[in-house]
Amino acid sequence: MNALKRYWWLLGLLLAVIVALFSPLASPHPDGLERVAEDQGFIERAEEAPYQVIPDYVFPGIGSEALATILAGIVGTLIVFGLGYGLALVLRRGEREGISKG
Amino acid sequence: MHIPDGFLNTATSAATWVASAGGVGYAAQRVTRTLRERQVPLMGVTGAFIFAAQMMNFTVAGGTSGHLLGGALAAILLGPWAASLVLTCVLVVQALIFQDGGLLALGANIFNMAIVGVWVGWLVYSGLRRLLGEKTWATFLSGFAAAWLSVVVAALACSVELGLSGTAAWGVVLPAMGGVHALIGIGEGLITTAVLSFLRVTRPDLLALREIKRVEGAQ
Repeated sequence: MNALKRYWWLLGLLLAVIVALFSPLASPHPDGLERVAEDQGFIERAEEAPYQVIPDYVFPGIGSEALATILAGIVGTLIVFGLGYGLALVLRRGEREGISKG
Repeated sequence: MHIPDGFLNTATSAATWVASAGGVGYAAQRVTRTLRERQVPLMGVTGAFIFAAQMMNFTVAGGTSGHLLGGALAAILLGPWAASLVLTCVLVVQALIFQDGGLLALGANIFNMAIVGVWVGWLVYSGLRRLLGEKTWATFLSGFAAAWLSVVVAALACSVELGLSGTAAWGVVLPAMGGVHALIGIGEGLITTAVLSFLRVTRPDLLALREIKRVEGAQ
């Protein structure tokens, strides 16, 4: 296995973090579902979340909204990375145990 | 396309929760049997990229935006079973931590994006690749078509849930959702194709036809 292939996942993760850095440039317009909900008058049926951690991808307690968005993006990107990686590890371990038992 | 709480009635929320729990549980079983060691970090990276890319809304038409859903992209990279799990991770983090998509509606959001979006993407991509073969343009064309259709069909699934819930009239919500997502799907297709061209250079092994046959053989 060459070095590029071996550490490719780091390159991929770096790319994801770089995308998150650009998140303040995202279009502020409502998305497809929100647009249809506004046009057809059912947007006000949307309920507030029962609790809030990082609502609207803005990290709480930071003065600059752009910085707060970037931080929220990086935090989320790393959490999803850890969750996906961890889940894959757990499932593979289950397979190995299944093989050794069988 | 993340449905907030309040849009769906109890029956529709419950039915989509049951369907998603079954679908994702079964996918986890399949992944246990088919996942290769090198795909472990790839599941993390794919999820991370899709999460970040979902924050990058792009404007499609006057005053409306869309963002990558990533179901087709994940299916192309990982096969449909692992892709469903990755998209579920993204949606769970968005709902629990970022309050994007409701908690009661999470079952429907998983159903639309992690099951319907992934499987439409996978079936279109794997079917076209088998027809068109190993050529570079075949990879890109199949990827674009898979990405576009996965968004449109996921949007139609969302419309059906809104119709079943009595939130919107069928005759209005189906064409409205289908129409705007036919546009958003073009963005999905372009981003998916851009990622595929990056992979074509750095990890062509992930896009080889034998990968599709390996996943299908494992079914």
